[in-house]
Amino acid sequence: MPLLEAADLVAGYGPVDILHGVSLRVEPGEFVTVIGPNGSGKSTLLKAIFGLVTPRRGKVTFDGLDITGIPTERLVLRGLGYVPQSANVFAALTVAENLEMGAFVRKTGAAGRIREMYELFPDLAESRRRRAGNLSGGQRQMLALARALMLDPKLLLLDEPSAGLSPGVMQTMFGQVKNIQEQGVAAVIVEQNAREALSISQRAYVLADGGNRLEDDAAELLNDPEIVRLYLGG
Amino acid sequence: MRERMARLRDDRLRWHPTANPYVRMALWVVGGVLAAVVLIFGEPSLLVNGLLLGSALALAAIGVTLIFGILGFAHFAHGDFMTLGAFVAYGLLVGVFPAWGLTQAGLGPFTFGFPLLLALPAGVLAAAALAVGLDWLIYRHLRRRLAAAMTFAIAALGAAFAMRAVIRGTMQAGWDTQIGQLPRESRQFIQLPLDIGIPPDNLFLGLAAALLIVGLYLFLARTRTGKAMRATADNPELARVSGVNTQLIIYWTWALGAGLAAVAGTLIAVSQAQFTPLLGWKMLIPIFAAVILGGIGSLYGALLGALVISVAMEVSTQWISPSYKPAVAFIIMLVVLLIRPQGILGKSAQDR
Repeated sequence: MPLLEAADLVAGYGPVDILHGVSLRVEPGEFVTVIGPNGSGKSTLLKAIFGLVTPRRGKVTFDGLDITGIPTERLVLRGLGYVPQSANVFAALTVAENLEMGAFVRKTGAAGRIREMYELFPDLAESRRRRAGNLSGGQRQMLALARALMLDPKLLLLDEPSAGLSPGVMQTMFGQVKNIQEQGVAAVIVEQNAREALSISQRAYVLADGGNRLEDDAAELLNDPEIVRLYLGG
Repeated sequence: MRERMARLRDDRLRWHPTANPYVRMALWVVGGVLAAVVLIFGEPSLLVNGLLLGSALALAAIGVTLIFGILGFAHFAHGDFMTLGAFVAYGLLVGVFPAWGLTQAGLGPFTFGFPLLLALPAGVLAAAALAVGLDWLIYRHLRRRLAAAMTFAIAALGAAFAMRAVIRGTMQAGWDTQIGQLPRESRQFIQLPLDIGIPPDNLFLGLAAALLIVGLYLFLARTRTGKAMRATADNPELARVSGVNTQLIIYWTWALGAGLAAVAGTLIAVSQAQFTPLLGWKMLIPIFAAVILGGIGSLYGALLGALVISVAMEVSTQWISPSYKPAVAFIIMLVVLLIRPQGILGKSAQDR
């Protein structure tokens, strides 16, 4: 049984539909990359899965449960984590407080998990008392990732984790994301810089104009000359 | 030619006194000299009482800045929540408690008796309940419709007028007056060196405010709800993604803001031994001057701004009539808006 199944999602903002029937499937522990040009509906797809945008049509099943239209606050307890593209940390709060907020819905027992996060991301341990707003871009993305991992999710939705990072920092970031997979967490990664994301993923979807265009193994797409020309910058 | 005229007109419209570095520098110098004059030549007694009264102003200003941080609009009804708290306390002390046989037995050197310690929490509860109720009735629906900040502010102004009208009407019906006297049980004065005289009530006010501010700090820094409140002020979308029930946080914000305002209003009424339905409305300019001086959205800023505004207002009475006190606050607010619109501790638009 797939961990996540989105079937024929239609969603958008106000009267305008961005997604015109997108389907997506994630197996337990699997990394799936979603690529596509600007405006193809990648971010909206993640938001529709996470209940930030209410789908007009279609169905989202997570872990055997229909979660279509369930408010976001309740999804985090079911093992779904989400890292927004921008403003994904609490800038005015310290690193430690950001992690605590990640486990907000669980009233107790955050301390142990915070220690695990510090082991996973040693950079964060060193700056635990600093305000998140004063961190470097790479540290911020790590904190955003760690915050989303606080509740030990089964599936992470990552919206452009490499946005605004320098190439070197981006490498480190994808290395960290790969570590997460070794812990058995599945992920849907939406990326502009698709090459890195594909290299740590098993499968990938290509979206165009709010619909599915292509679905294949990540390795196949990396070797497809047309995909390379269109989406991976030659 | 016509184009050049238009451009010239645009430039004139855009001209701003503080765009000129000399004007800016002159304003800084004038501000600095005035601050020095207040500190050097101000009577110690006025300085100290200014600080003590400033702590009540700080309670109100912190509420405004808290509400702005979470809800993003200027809460123009804040003064009238002070009035409401004071009115409930006044009504209990003058109208209800005597009928129950609760006398104004004195409490140390203070002008008030122990019944105030019952009346004060009652006023706080009334103000907090009304604030939460108004959000449930009005602001909640404005949020759902994604109304502009100005719509919220005007709705708050409407709430302010309505609250004041009801309080005036009740005052007239119950006591046939618009100025209520609070009983004075004692007329002692605390005399300190340097000719500093402090009415004991002001000392009570300063202590109570300090305790509440420390309590609020601990609440925001240590508790789960407090942290969620700061998180929501910082990034509401991410707070929701983290599982925070932001509607509940908003209710907390209203209850805290209005409750602190009620304490401030009641203590000011007690310190003046007088209640009028205009009590809080008259405080609105000093409150907003304090919030803007400190930097809107900053809690420390609101505290600092309130102390500075209050000291300036008190010391000004040495040279000009006390009726000009609000004008002093207003002028400080105008000058801050001209030379440092982000306030002392606020972030400028670029830092955000």
